[in-house]
Amino acid sequence: MSLWKTNDIDYAGIGFRCGIEIHQQLDTKQKLFCHCPVGLVDDPPDARVLRHMRPTLSEMGEYDPTALMEKKTRKEIIYEILNNRVCTYELDDSPPFPINQQAVEIGIRLALLFQCNIVDEAHISRKQYLDGSIPTGFQRTTVIGTDGWIPYKYRRIKIPQVNIEEDSCREVDNVGHNVIFRTDRLSIPLVEVITDAELYSPQEAFEVTWLLAETNRISGLVRRGIGAARQDVNVSIAGGSRVEIKGVDKISHIPALTHFEALRQKALLNLRDEIKERGISDSNYAYSTTDATANLARSPEFVGNQAVEQGGVVSAIVIKGFRGLMEKYIFPERIFADEIAGRVRVIACLDKMPNIAHRMNRMSLGIPDKEWEDIRRSLDAEDGDATIITWGPRQDVNTALEEIAIRCREAIHGVPPETRNMALNERYSDFERLLPGPDRMYPDTDHPPIEIDIERVESLREIVPDLPWDRRVTMKEMGLPDYLIDHLVTNPRYRIFLRMAGISGNPKWAAQVIVEYFTYLHRRDFGAINLSDDRLLILAQLFGDGIFHRESTLDILKAICVKDYDPQEAIDEIVPAVSEEQLDSILSEIITIENQLRDPEKRERFLMGEAMRRLRGAIPGKLIREKLSALQD
Amino acid sequence: MTTGEKSTTGYRGVSLELLTKFNIGVWDRIKVESESGDYEGVLLPRNSMADSLHIVIKLDSGYNIGVKAARIKSIEYLGRQEGHYGIREQEFPYDESKPNIFLFGTGGTIASRLDYSTGAVIPAFSPGELFGAVPELADICNLKTKKLFGIFSEDMGPEQYITLAENIYKEINNGADGIIIGHGTDTMHHTASILTFMIQNPPVPIVLAGSQRSSDRPSSDAARNLINAAIAATGPIAEVMVCMFGPTSDQYGLLHRGTRVRKMHSSYRSTFRTLGDIPLATVDVQKGVNPLRSDYRPRSTPNEEFKIIPTFSDKVMILYYYPNMQENLIRSIVEAGYEGIVIAGTGLGHINRPLYNVIRWAIGKGVHIYMTVQTLWGFVQMFVYDNGRYLMDCGIVPLANMLPETAYMKLAWALGQTRDREEVKKLMLTPINGEITERERPDSYLVLQGGLPEVKDFLLDYML
Repeated sequence: MSLWKTNDIDYAGIGFRCGIEIHQQLDTKQKLFCHCPVGLVDDPPDARVLRHMRPTLSEMGEYDPTALMEKKTRKEIIYEILNNRVCTYELDDSPPFPINQQAVEIGIRLALLFQCNIVDEAHISRKQYLDGSIPTGFQRTTVIGTDGWIPYKYRRIKIPQVNIEEDSCREVDNVGHNVIFRTDRLSIPLVEVITDAELYSPQEAFEVTWLLAETNRISGLVRRGIGAARQDVNVSIAGGSRVEIKGVDKISHIPALTHFEALRQKALLNLRDEIKERGISDSNYAYSTTDATANLARSPEFVGNQAVEQGGVVSAIVIKGFRGLMEKYIFPERIFADEIAGRVRVIACLDKMPNIAHRMNRMSLGIPDKEWEDIRRSLDAEDGDATIITWGPRQDVNTALEEIAIRCREAIHGVPPETRNMALNERYSDFERLLPGPDRMYPDTDHPPIEIDIERVESLREIVPDLPWDRRVTMKEMGLPDYLIDHLVTNPRYRIFLRMAGISGNPKWAAQVIVEYFTYLHRRDFGAINLSDDRLLILAQLFGDGIFHRESTLDILKAICVKDYDPQEAIDEIVPAVSEEQLDSILSEIITIENQLRDPEKRERFLMGEAMRRLRGAIPGKLIREKLSALQD
Repeated sequence: MTTGEKSTTGYRGVSLELLTKFNIGVWDRIKVESESGDYEGVLLPRNSMADSLHIVIKLDSGYNIGVKAARIKSIEYLGRQEGHYGIREQEFPYDESKPNIFLFGTGGTIASRLDYSTGAVIPAFSPGELFGAVPELADICNLKTKKLFGIFSEDMGPEQYITLAENIYKEINNGADGIIIGHGTDTMHHTASILTFMIQNPPVPIVLAGSQRSSDRPSSDAARNLINAAIAATGPIAEVMVCMFGPTSDQYGLLHRGTRVRKMHSSYRSTFRTLGDIPLATVDVQKGVNPLRSDYRPRSTPNEEFKIIPTFSDKVMILYYYPNMQENLIRSIVEAGYEGIVIAGTGLGHINRPLYNVIRWAIGKGVHIYMTVQTLWGFVQMFVYDNGRYLMDCGIVPLANMLPETAYMKLAWALGQTRDREEVKKLMLTPINGEITERERPDSYLVLQGGLPEVKDFLLDYML
């Protein structure tokens, strides 16, 4: 099924479910747990720090699977330090300072927007991340609101939590065992808004994410622009697993990503069924491995030769009974072997692709028939078995073999729970890490609980803006067209628009000023700073009183911007006083202008344009049109 | 915690009354109806330092929240969900060819496991637990452990110093090839200097290690410090040493001589620095112990010189001089029974003139007064100005470049043995292991200043 030919019923048929976590930076001056300024910079780093992450034992004395995976990667984590953007707190060399109260306040206001209950006392938790993106190895996070909702298609989408947390580092480079992070983004306050997995199609996921983002933006309290908002999208289908696609930076990517993730899970379930039919289970799953460096030493075309020259090895693994499964399609142009290659790339850090050879690609990778068969024979491979060959530094190859065996075993059960990230084609996703277990949250002992006073909540409740869905109803009732409504819903001047619409009695004119003319003035650097709210309201009053007409609005706005005029001054300068006699003489002159236009419509348009130009909005267009047609008759 | 009865750890006042009213205890799964909202989760213990007005619930999402007791209308009991604590023990492997290291615990958590519900850190300490947490140790040595105390490092005192010295002495005589002491970092340098004085001529390394970031954090320095300490304990330098991070980056550890080391930052990983000298060695897994100097005490077999002198007088204090210090302060110190005062003076070792009379009076009373410098780097030099000569005439003894904390420990140790003025002076001025150095290397005072172009280049090349 292609994305564009499926309908909601198809998605219901496979049990598609999706939940969204939207993260957006808060518009604060300082970071969440220290007093560093917020803002990204491109300056070269001032210093570097090297760290490693070590998994900590969980409650039961076990390691979290994600933690263990990150340990296998043996990453050398380098942080680029910027003296003007980070302090010893971000470096994990100082304990946190008391939480940024401006961020807490924004958190409360956002949680109120989402109809949440506000917690009486916020507790900081630590959420473990071992990929190095946060130098402490955990993210400080706290729940501010619970049990919220937004209206969507005559139902309520539940928002179980609204959280405030610190942002992570920007990844600059990640090659082999080295990863480089830039620290300026680290610890910028974020809001995290979470929905239940109640979205039943990619389209719903898209629309609800849009609504969440719109609601955030309405507050005027969040940062906008590239990277300021990122989504995690959780997808599962019936019989599949929760898979998280992390860090989606454009909402428009969500339909394709969720659609293809559903397809991938379906394909993996089909693969599971086939494995089952072949009689393979956990109890009889078997594989064997061998060193194959010598076997390929005389194959000049072999792609792994360079790795071997650098002291690396070649190894082979045979998976019993898996023949033909490697080439099963998972995405339209990707096969199961690509899933395995993704694991090997991330966990064994063999990131020069292709990193594995299998039946379908081994010829192109320079593994001739004889060598391939020799290797298979040395592993006692039978016809029904699959073979994979990998190459690189010895330790990495050993890790790779382990991961290949693990990934194939997981196929017996269908869909492994994973965190994935968006592939370059913006439709598929690549393996990033195993989905963390539930036990990676624990209390932060460095920060005392934060009492949120009931009076504080109530006073903030009073300034909660009207919500996007309510705004839409209001504007629809005013008779505004959809394109203006779409622009105005999150427009920071929405409130001034409402007052202008009321005062002028002409919502469409007010909308045009706020949406179209403001954009025009901005784009052409007219310095809209002189358009104060007060001036806009006076302008609306003058317009309502018929002092000037729609046609001269833009010229008046320009004059206010450029000359810092008050509206009346601008009108006096822009709009000429035209008496009835003057009007008649101007129009009589215009209709005598020679021209070739025979088409009456074109001719009328020409005459109108000429009249408008000369009269500069002193007379309403309607009156001009009437007079022109009277004069011509 | 008692069985049969509900536990209410950490709750008091209003919140305790509420829990009692609804017969709810910690680890109960509950549903709370409150004016602030309804919540379902597990009741957690309350930090006893927090207020008495809220109860703490762990939501199913893993987040914790506090609910104000006064706003709670009802609590429904849904079941019980107790956390289970147990560190899986794995037997620490024994390898005949590897050195035998003895690890003493004093209370710091060099390895630990987290209680995810409360955030409490549960120390891992037995060899089996340590092997589970830091398996790399087994590649370095055979390990035996003994937990001597379970206290914070600021609570260490004479009793602990003496017990520690005696136990170390015993285990070295029992054949230990090296000693590690797990120690909180705050007073690690105090313990390092007193052990240097109490345990004389050790034949094997005695290494103190700890962590600046607790071991429950993925970014902790604990495991690396412990591994480095194990390498140092099997290494060639038979001195009392502190083994902690060199730079804040995960690169190498430094071995610091116990009498010259000081904690210099309240929270940085690279907080321990050797002052007025260079460190003994670097240590890391790849290169092992790499000495930076050759005048260290080499490993040997136990001999007659190896002895302990576990003495300590608790009538000694450090007086950190400040301008306008009043003479009645010193008078009250003496009247409180103090027998030894280490002054951390300004500059080359100065205090203000109005104190001269009381100093003369105190020394007349039999108090032993020694001068160090609060600049930490550099020597006391009391001949340069008249004031200094006058103070020496009063009987204050300059202590060269001995660090104030080291001088405090040494004076306490000396006064534990004798009160004879000359004998004490002889003990104080005869260095046992580098607490006074004959000369100061030019590169022993390096406090780089950020912002300078050359320092910028250095930081980019070598990392923080």
